Amino acid sequence: MENSMIPVAVFFAAVFTNNILLTNYLGMCSFLSVSKDLKASYGLGIAVTFVMATTSAINWAVYTFLLEPFNLEYLRFIVLIMVIAAFVQLVEMVIERVSESLYAALGIFLPLITVNCAILGVSLFMVIRDYDLITSFFFGLGSGLGWFLAILSMAGILQKLKKARIPRGLEGPGITLIITGIMAMAFMGFSGILTIG
Amino acid sequence: MVTTLLISVTIVTSLAVFLALLMVIADATIANYGEVDISINDGSRQYTVRGGKPLLKTLGEQEIFIPSACGGRGSCGLCKVQVVKGGGSILPTELPWLSEEEQQDNIRLSCQFKVKESLEIKIPEELFLVKAFETKVAQIRDLTHDIKEVTLQLVDPPEISAKAGQFIQFQVPEYELTDEEVYRAYSLSSAPSDSTKVELEIRLVPNGICTTYVHKYLKEGDTVMINGPYGDFYLRESDREAICVAGGSGMAPIKSILLDMKDKGISRKTRYFFGARSAGDLFLIDEMRELEKTLPDFTFIPALSEPQPEDDWDGDTGLITDVLDRKLENIQEAEAYLCGSPGMIDACVKVLKDKGIPDERIFYDKFA
Repeated sequence: MENSMIPVAVFFAAVFTNNILLTNYLGMCSFLSVSKDLKASYGLGIAVTFVMATTSAINWAVYTFLLEPFNLEYLRFIVLIMVIAAFVQLVEMVIERVSESLYAALGIFLPLITVNCAILGVSLFMVIRDYDLITSFFFGLGSGLGWFLAILSMAGILQKLKKARIPRGLEGPGITLIITGIMAMAFMGFSGILTIG
Repeated sequence: MVTTLLISVTIVTSLAVFLALLMVIADATIANYGEVDISINDGSRQYTVRGGKPLLKTLGEQEIFIPSACGGRGSCGLCKVQVVKGGGSILPTELPWLSEEEQQDNIRLSCQFKVKESLEIKIPEELFLVKAFETKVAQIRDLTHDIKEVTLQLVDPPEISAKAGQFIQFQVPEYELTDEEVYRAYSLSSAPSDSTKVELEIRLVPNGICTTYVHKYLKEGDTVMINGPYGDFYLRESDREAICVAGGSGMAPIKSILLDMKDKGISRKTRYFFGARSAGDLFLIDEMRELEKTLPDFTFIPALSEPQPEDDWDGDTGLITDVLDRKLENIQEAEAYLCGSPGMIDACVKVLKDKGIPDERIFYDKFA
């Protein structure tokens, strides 16, 4: 593949074939709790996409210019999560200050995803797979959109299921996990189109 | 080796310091909303506060306590406040708790929205009586196998001004079952005239954070923080017959109301139906029989739903709803006061409505 094509390939792979939620099962906690509500899923999806795209670029810089030169790669877990947490806090403050409607739609979800493992997962995958800055950004963006796609589909399905009769023991997270599994299998249909990692 | 160590420590520390500094600067600039004015109840009280914190917390710092059972996480929906001016629009995190009418009146969850500009708000006057109290456990005694009566002696401030039937919030410190302070609401069972102490009846709920704490850890002499009083479940002033119904620890507020009637010399006709499973779940029977003698027109009617052979029970039997159905006739003019589990209350409200008591004269306190 030509070098200039790599970010694009990684982007689509992150959305479909290597969907962070459906193939890596990361970011499950907020997925399970928020997918009940379509509107909240939408807000959370946008927030996750935004944070993943931006933090992957920032963390790429931190990793490349701070950790690598001093051989501190083993500290990546703590350093990357620290940067994510601080960044999310900062963005929340700014959004709250500048736009009330944006805060209502997006800002209130930010504290929820500070500790979302999918966000840290994206930063770690990008390090492991040795992406450059552009690729990292597109990988973050794609992973976010993939997560967004997964939670929106789930919220849509659960909306329909509200009228269905579900065995009592399966109500709530039970049926959600089963559907997630089926969705993951459906997404396997994309595999082979693109490969990354 | 040492240099590597030093370098890694330096790098991580300086990064942490840098980020912390960034946060501090942001907090002082971006999140600094300066001083704002809060005007309460058409200007009857004015406060100048620093903006940036949720309204619930801001008011708490001014010693105005809005009732909240979840401690400000937006999961109980109790801390509603009417905002007349300022405060922006309602946030999605508030919506699940607000009815359409409340949204039109601009009722807000005070734990969710932050004070960023000057506000005009409305709060029920009685909330100004709400205070935080430091108390000492004076006595703990068993009422039944799973209900304990806890008497708290007020230390600071030394007196509480509550209406009979209201509740307080009990602060549970960090312990085995919780890694943060939590608050749980309990009704007062003592008479309001007894203003230097509060008495609570606490039933053990398996794995309940507060009930386990009270039943397994709390000892006489311990310090307990409470705040209150809250609630609009109290005896209304009228001459109508009062029909009280309770189950389990729902005894507490009804007992407080009865004691208050005794203190104030209220002589209205009163019947008190108390539902329990078997004789082992009955308590304070002697106190109630005593009240029957001192109150001019009071009848106590305990009923067992599953009396055991050894109980030797000759009182009423059956579910409390059946007993109400059997015993109550011509009560359209009465008032009803109910306290207990949500299931029991819903069932009893239905019976009372069928008997002709209108909604607005049925008062209840659900122990959820």
